[in-house]
Amino acid sequence: MSVHGSIPVLQIGSTLLASIQVELRDTIADAFQEDILDTIAKTGATGLVIDITGLDMVDSYVARVLANTGRMATLMGTDTVVVGMRPVVAATLVRMGFRMEGVKTALNVDAGLALVSDLLARRHGG
Amino acid sequence: MDIRSSEKLVVASEDDVVLARRKVRLLAETLGFDQFAIAAITTTASELSRNIWVHAAKGSVLVEHIVNGSRTGIRAEFRDQGPGVAEIDRVLAGGYSTANSLGLGVSGSRRLVDEFRIETTVGQGTVVTVVKWKRAT
Repeated sequence: MSVHGSIPVLQIGSTLLASIQVELRDTIADAFQEDILDTIAKTGATGLVIDITGLDMVDSYVARVLANTGRMATLMGTDTVVVGMRPVVAATLVRMGFRMEGVKTALNVDAGLALVSDLLARRHGG
Repeated sequence: MDIRSSEKLVVASEDDVVLARRKVRLLAETLGFDQFAIAAITTTASELSRNIWVHAAKGSVLVEHIVNGSRTGIRAEFRDQGPGVAEIDRVLAGGYSTANSLGLGVSGSRRLVDEFRIETTVGQGTVVTVVKWKRAT
């Protein structure tokens, strides 16, 4: 396990699991994005699950950082799933007109881990 | 309309943005807003106080508990003496950004509150006032 700033990143097989449990201010969100991409490069992870269960508010800045992190990781070849979005967060983002384009989401960590392993199997023609 | 409480915060740093949204969340929780309304007004406070910090570097947020007849609400005023917004129509339409953002801060906030007013003058600053009413139970 490595700790990036205040957001721990766990490695489970070839998948990274980052669980955001702190209130995200802009600089922490930016640092998280850099750290997660560095960690992908170092570990060669094939999957990334970002758990945002701990976030009771996601504003447009944090939403953009999360979506961009997912798109960047995907560009690097790492399937990314954002999981655990609370109902109030989903409702707020949709009402604001935000689209999480290019990023897969799942209900919780279990579903997210299952989805990244499905995506990896599909890539290998499984 | 009665103003039951009023508190002013200076916004001059990222920490102040966090404090401003916490202040608004605490008031909404104290007044018994439902969780969707709490998220809406907290997110609005985050967007609009960040705009002060990013675009004007410094400003203030006035957070008020207001009562109008049987209605209870939160009014928040975000005031800065920054550059102002030249293309206000495009900003209100959404998707237009002068800084590194989604351009959804102002247009998105407008959709999250019950009343929204923006007054801006290029070179003089911007004042955004929002009201969120507590849903009748």
